[in-house]
Amino acid sequence: MKIHVFVTLKNGVLDPQGKAIHRALEGLGFSGINDVRAGKLIELAIADSVTDAEIEEMCRKLLANTVIENYRIERVETAA
Amino acid sequence: MKSAVIVFPGSNCDRDMAEALRLVSGRAPAMVWHRESELPDGLDLVAIPGGFSYGDYLRSGAMAAQSPVMRAVKEAAARGVFVLGVCNGFQVLTEARLLPGALMRNAGLSFICRDVPLTVENSQSAFTARYAAGEAITISIAHHDGNYQADEATLDRLEGEDRVAFRYAEEVNGSARRIAGILNEAGNVLGMMPHPERAVEEAHGRTDGRRLFEGLLEAVSQHA
Repeated sequence: MKIHVFVTLKNGVLDPQGKAIHRALEGLGFSGINDVRAGKLIELAIADSVTDAEIEEMCRKLLANTVIENYRIERVETAA
Repeated sequence: MKSAVIVFPGSNCDRDMAEALRLVSGRAPAMVWHRESELPDGLDLVAIPGGFSYGDYLRSGAMAAQSPVMRAVKEAAARGVFVLGVCNGFQVLTEARLLPGALMRNAGLSFICRDVPLTVENSQSAFTARYAAGEAITISIAHHDGNYQADEATLDRLEGEDRVAFRYAEEVNGSARRIAGILNEAGNVLGMMPHPERAVEEAHGRTDGRRLFEGLLEAVSQHA
Protein backbone atom coordinates (compact mmCIF):
# COMPACT_ATOMS: atom_id res chain seq x y z
CA MET A 1 0.00 0.00 0.00
CA LYS A 2 1.19 3.44 -0.84
CA ILE A 3 0.29 6.52 1.14
CA HIS A 4 0.70 10.08 0.03
CA VAL A 5 0.96 12.67 2.77
CA PHE A 6 0.54 16.24 1.57
CA VAL A 7 1.99 18.78 3.97
CA THR A 8 0.92 22.37 3.39
CA LEU A 9 1.24 25.60 5.29
CA LYS A 10 -1.85 26.66 7.18
CA ASN A 11 -3.89 29.50 5.78
CA GLY A 12 -2.58 32.79 7.05
CA VAL A 13 0.95 31.49 7.55
CA LEU A 14 3.26 33.55 5.39
CA ASP A 15 4.96 31.43 2.72
CA PRO A 16 8.15 33.17 1.57
CA GLN A 17 9.01 30.30 -0.79
CA GLY A 18 5.60 30.42 -2.43
CA LYS A 19 6.03 34.16 -2.87
CA ALA A 20 9.43 33.71 -4.51
CA ILE A 21 8.04 31.08 -6.89
CA HIS A 22 5.17 33.44 -7.68
CA ARG A 23 7.58 36.24 -8.58
CA ALA A 24 9.74 33.90 -10.64
CA LEU A 25 6.75 32.66 -12.64
CA GLU A 26 5.74 36.24 -13.36
CA GLY A 27 9.34 36.97 -14.31
CA LEU A 28 9.03 34.22 -16.91
CA GLY A 29 6.07 36.05 -18.38
CA PHE A 30 3.25 33.91 -16.97
CA SER A 31 0.30 36.02 -15.97
CA GLY A 32 -2.95 35.42 -14.13
CA ILE A 33 -1.35 33.76 -11.11
CA ASN A 34 -3.20 34.89 -8.01
CA ASP A 35 -1.18 33.10 -5.37
CA VAL A 36 1.43 30.35 -4.94
CA ARG A 37 1.79 28.16 -1.86
CA ALA A 38 4.58 25.58 -1.66
CA GLY A 39 4.22 22.33 0.25
CA LYS A 40 5.63 18.83 0.45
CA LEU A 41 4.56 15.43 -0.76
CA ILE A 42 5.80 12.54 1.33
CA GLU A 43 5.26 9.08 -0.12
CA LEU A 44 5.13 6.13 2.26
CA ALA A 45 5.15 2.49 1.21
CA ILE A 46 3.52 0.67 4.11
CA ALA A 47 2.44 -2.80 5.14
CA ASP A 48 -1.28 -3.51 5.06
CA SER A 49 -1.21 -3.92 8.84
CA VAL A 50 -0.48 -0.21 9.42
CA THR A 51 -3.66 1.43 10.67
CA ASP A 52 -5.11 4.81 9.76
CA ALA A 53 -4.63 5.89 13.35
CA GLU A 54 -0.92 5.10 13.10
CA ILE A 55 -0.55 7.14 9.93
CA GLU A 56 -2.32 10.04 11.63
CA GLU A 57 0.11 9.74 14.50
CA MET A 58 3.09 9.76 12.11
CA CYS A 59 1.79 13.00 10.65
CA ARG A 60 1.20 14.65 14.00
CA LYS A 61 4.46 13.52 15.57
CA LEU A 62 6.89 14.09 12.72
CA LEU A 63 5.74 14.58 9.15
CA ALA A 64 3.92 17.86 9.78
CA ASN A 65 4.53 20.58 12.32
CA THR A 66 0.94 21.26 13.25
CA VAL A 67 1.86 24.66 14.64
CA ILE A 68 2.25 25.94 11.08
CA GLU A 69 1.27 23.07 8.78
CA ASN A 70 -1.76 21.02 7.77
CA TYR A 71 -1.54 17.51 6.43
CA ARG A 72 -3.76 15.45 4.19
CA ILE A 73 -3.48 11.67 3.88
CA GLU A 74 -4.29 9.98 0.61
CA ARG A 75 -4.26 6.24 0.00
CA VAL A 76 -2.85 5.30 -3.36
CA GLU A 77 -3.70 1.80 -4.58
CA THR A 78 -0.59 0.13 -5.92
CA ALA A 79 -1.00 -1.76 -9.19
CA ALA A 80 -0.86 -5.51 -8.59
CA MET B 1 28.11 24.82 37.03
CA LYS B 2 27.84 21.39 35.51
CA SER B 3 26.75 21.61 31.91
CA ALA B 4 26.34 19.44 28.85
CA VAL B 5 26.31 20.28 25.15
CA ILE B 6 24.20 18.04 22.93
CA VAL B 7 25.86 17.06 19.67
CA PHE B 8 23.79 16.05 16.65
CA PRO B 9 25.12 15.02 13.27
CA GLY B 10 25.37 18.41 11.59
CA SER B 11 25.82 20.49 14.74
CA ASN B 12 28.55 23.04 14.05
CA CYS B 13 28.46 25.45 16.98
CA ASP B 14 28.93 22.76 19.63
CA ARG B 15 32.59 23.59 20.17
CA ASP B 16 31.92 27.33 20.35
CA MET B 17 29.27 26.64 22.96
CA ALA B 18 31.57 24.34 24.92
CA GLU B 19 34.35 26.91 24.86
CA ALA B 20 32.03 29.70 26.06
CA LEU B 21 30.80 27.52 28.92
CA ARG B 22 34.34 26.54 29.87
CA LEU B 23 35.48 30.14 29.78
CA VAL B 24 32.67 31.48 31.95
CA SER B 25 32.16 28.59 34.36
CA GLY B 26 35.73 27.33 34.54
CA ARG B 27 34.49 23.84 33.83
CA ALA B 28 34.36 22.07 30.50
CA PRO B 29 30.89 20.75 29.65
CA ALA B 30 30.16 17.11 28.86
CA MET B 31 29.64 16.59 25.13
CA VAL B 32 26.61 14.31 24.76
CA TRP B 33 25.97 12.49 21.49
CA HIS B 34 22.39 12.50 20.25
CA ARG B 35 22.01 8.73 20.53
CA GLU B 36 22.51 8.77 24.29
CA SER B 37 19.32 8.14 26.16
CA GLU B 38 20.58 9.58 29.42
CA LEU B 39 22.29 12.79 30.44
CA PRO B 40 25.14 12.93 32.96
CA ASP B 41 23.99 13.11 36.59
CA GLY B 42 23.59 16.40 38.41
CA LEU B 43 23.47 18.71 35.40
CA ASP B 44 22.65 22.38 35.90
CA LEU B 45 22.47 23.28 32.23
CA VAL B 46 21.87 21.56 28.91
CA ALA B 47 22.91 23.55 25.84
CA ILE B 48 21.60 22.70 22.39
CA PRO B 49 23.97 24.31 19.91
CA GLY B 50 23.57 25.78 16.47
CA GLY B 51 24.20 24.02 13.20
CA PHE B 52 22.25 22.03 10.70
CA SER B 53 21.25 18.92 12.58
CA TYR B 54 20.38 16.13 10.16
CA GLY B 55 20.95 18.53 7.31
CA ASP B 56 17.73 20.37 8.18
CA TYR B 57 15.88 17.46 6.54
CA LEU B 58 12.08 17.68 6.67
CA ARG B 59 12.18 20.91 8.74
CA SER B 60 14.97 22.57 10.70
CA GLY B 61 15.27 20.75 14.01
CA ALA B 62 12.52 18.24 13.23
CA MET B 63 14.68 15.12 13.15
CA ALA B 64 16.84 16.17 16.10
CA ALA B 65 13.71 16.78 18.20
CA GLN B 66 12.89 13.07 17.85
CA SER B 67 16.35 11.78 18.79
CA PRO B 68 16.76 9.66 21.95
CA VAL B 69 18.66 12.32 23.87
CA MET B 70 15.79 14.79 23.54
CA ARG B 71 13.61 12.60 25.69
CA ALA B 72 16.19 12.98 28.43
CA VAL B 73 16.39 16.73 27.78
CA LYS B 74 12.61 17.02 28.17
CA GLU B 75 12.76 15.18 31.47
CA ALA B 76 15.60 17.40 32.65
CA ALA B 77 13.67 20.53 31.64
CA ALA B 78 10.66 19.28 33.60
CA ARG B 79 12.89 18.87 36.66
CA GLY B 80 13.97 22.50 36.36
CA VAL B 81 17.39 22.01 34.75
CA PHE B 82 18.27 25.04 32.62
CA VAL B 83 18.04 24.41 28.88
CA LEU B 84 19.53 26.85 26.37
CA GLY B 85 18.88 26.38 22.66
CA VAL B 86 20.73 28.64 20.26
CA CYS B 87 19.90 28.95 16.56
CA ASN B 88 19.34 25.36 15.41
CA GLY B 89 18.98 24.61 19.14
CA PHE B 90 16.01 27.01 19.26
CA GLN B 91 14.52 25.24 16.23
CA VAL B 92 15.00 21.89 17.99
CA LEU B 93 13.27 23.19 21.14
CA THR B 94 10.21 24.38 19.21
CA GLU B 95 10.03 21.11 17.25
CA ALA B 96 10.30 19.21 20.56
CA ARG B 97 7.45 21.42 21.86
CA LEU B 98 9.52 22.62 24.77
CA LEU B 99 8.83 26.10 23.41
CA PRO B 100 5.79 27.32 21.48
CA GLY B 101 5.72 28.49 17.87
CA ALA B 102 7.91 27.63 14.91
CA LEU B 103 10.92 29.01 13.04
CA MET B 104 10.27 29.41 9.36
CA ARG B 105 12.34 30.45 6.36
CA ASN B 106 13.56 34.06 6.64
CA ALA B 107 11.07 36.41 5.03
CA GLY B 108 13.68 37.57 2.49
CA LEU B 109 14.62 33.93 1.74
CA SER B 110 18.32 34.67 2.24
CA PHE B 111 20.66 33.17 4.78
CA ILE B 112 21.54 36.09 7.06
CA CYS B 113 24.92 36.25 8.78
CA ARG B 114 25.63 39.52 10.56
CA ASP B 115 25.60 41.38 13.84
CA VAL B 116 22.14 42.44 14.90
CA PRO B 117 21.00 44.93 17.51
CA LEU B 118 18.78 43.35 20.16
CA THR B 119 16.70 44.66 23.01
CA VAL B 120 16.66 42.71 26.25
CA GLU B 121 12.97 42.52 27.07
CA ASN B 122 13.01 40.50 30.26
CA SER B 123 15.74 40.78 32.87
CA GLN B 124 13.98 38.56 35.40
CA SER B 125 15.08 35.16 34.08
CA ALA B 126 18.29 33.43 35.10
CA PHE B 127 19.45 33.80 31.49
CA THR B 128 18.93 37.54 31.41
CA ALA B 129 19.43 38.55 35.04
CA ARG B 130 22.75 40.22 34.28
CA TYR B 131 21.17 42.52 31.71
CA ALA B 132 18.93 45.50 32.32
CA ALA B 133 15.40 45.41 30.95
CA GLY B 134 15.33 47.46 27.78
CA GLU B 135 19.10 47.27 27.38
CA ALA B 136 20.44 47.42 23.82
CA ILE B 137 23.00 44.75 22.99
CA THR B 138 24.54 43.40 19.79
CA ILE B 139 24.95 39.71 19.05
CA SER B 140 25.48 38.00 15.71
CA ILE B 141 23.03 35.79 13.89
CA ALA B 142 23.69 33.20 11.19
CA HIS B 143 20.55 31.48 10.00
CA HIS B 144 18.21 30.70 7.15
CA ASP B 145 15.20 29.72 9.24
CA GLY B 146 14.87 32.31 11.98
CA ASN B 147 11.50 33.75 11.14
CA TYR B 148 9.61 33.15 14.40
CA GLN B 149 5.91 32.54 13.93
CA ALA B 150 3.08 31.60 16.27
CA ASP B 151 -0.63 32.31 16.34
CA GLU B 152 -1.79 35.64 17.76
CA ALA B 153 -3.03 34.07 21.00
CA THR B 154 0.38 32.49 21.63
CA LEU B 155 2.18 35.75 20.83
CA ASP B 156 -0.12 37.68 23.17
CA ARG B 157 0.47 35.12 25.87
CA LEU B 158 4.27 35.24 25.45
CA GLU B 159 4.21 39.00 25.78
CA GLY B 160 1.64 39.02 28.60
CA GLU B 161 3.70 36.55 30.61
CA ASP B 162 6.92 38.45 29.95
CA ARG B 163 8.39 35.47 28.12
CA VAL B 164 9.96 37.38 25.24
CA ALA B 165 13.60 37.46 26.35
CA PHE B 166 15.11 39.23 23.33
CA ARG B 167 13.69 41.21 20.46
CA TYR B 168 15.41 42.40 17.28
CA ALA B 169 15.77 46.17 17.44
CA GLU B 170 15.25 46.35 13.69
CA GLU B 171 13.53 44.26 11.02
CA VAL B 172 15.76 41.23 10.41
CA ASN B 173 14.01 38.08 9.23
CA GLY B 174 10.26 38.60 9.34
CA SER B 175 9.80 37.28 12.88
CA ALA B 176 6.41 38.00 14.41
CA ARG B 177 6.74 41.00 16.73
CA ARG B 178 10.50 40.90 16.04
CA ILE B 179 10.92 38.07 18.53
CA ALA B 180 14.50 36.80 18.75
CA GLY B 181 14.31 34.66 21.87
CA ILE B 182 11.63 33.26 24.17
CA LEU B 183 11.33 31.55 27.53
CA ASN B 184 9.13 28.65 28.58
CA GLU B 185 6.48 29.10 31.22
CA ALA B 186 8.75 28.08 34.09
CA GLY B 187 11.57 30.31 32.86
CA ASN B 188 14.20 27.56 32.78
CA VAL B 189 14.18 27.01 29.00
CA LEU B 190 15.41 29.70 26.61
CA GLY B 191 15.50 29.50 22.83
CA MET B 192 17.14 32.26 20.81
CA MET B 193 18.36 32.71 17.24
CA PRO B 194 21.33 35.05 18.01
CA HIS B 195 24.57 33.39 19.13
CA PRO B 196 25.61 34.53 22.63
CA GLU B 197 28.48 32.01 22.59
CA ARG B 198 30.06 34.01 19.76
CA ALA B 199 30.27 37.12 21.92
CA VAL B 200 32.03 36.10 25.11
CA GLU B 201 35.60 37.31 24.78
CA GLU B 202 37.37 40.41 23.48
CA ALA B 203 38.75 38.50 20.52
CA HIS B 204 35.17 38.02 19.33
CA GLY B 205 34.89 41.76 18.88
CA ARG B 206 32.19 42.05 21.52
CA THR B 207 31.19 40.41 24.76
CA ASP B 208 27.46 41.08 24.97
CA GLY B 209 26.71 37.35 25.13
CA ARG B 210 28.90 36.67 28.12
CA ARG B 211 26.46 37.94 30.73
CA LEU B 212 23.91 35.34 29.66
CA PHE B 213 26.27 32.59 30.80
CA GLU B 214 27.29 34.58 33.89
CA GLY B 215 23.65 34.95 34.87
CA LEU B 216 23.19 31.20 34.67
CA LEU B 217 26.34 30.61 36.67
CA GLU B 218 25.08 32.95 39.37
CA ALA B 219 21.64 31.32 39.45
CA VAL B 220 23.20 27.89 39.75
CA SER B 221 25.63 28.85 42.51
CA GLN B 222 22.86 30.55 44.51
CA HIS B 223 20.82 27.40 44.16
CA ALA B 224 23.62 25.13 45.36
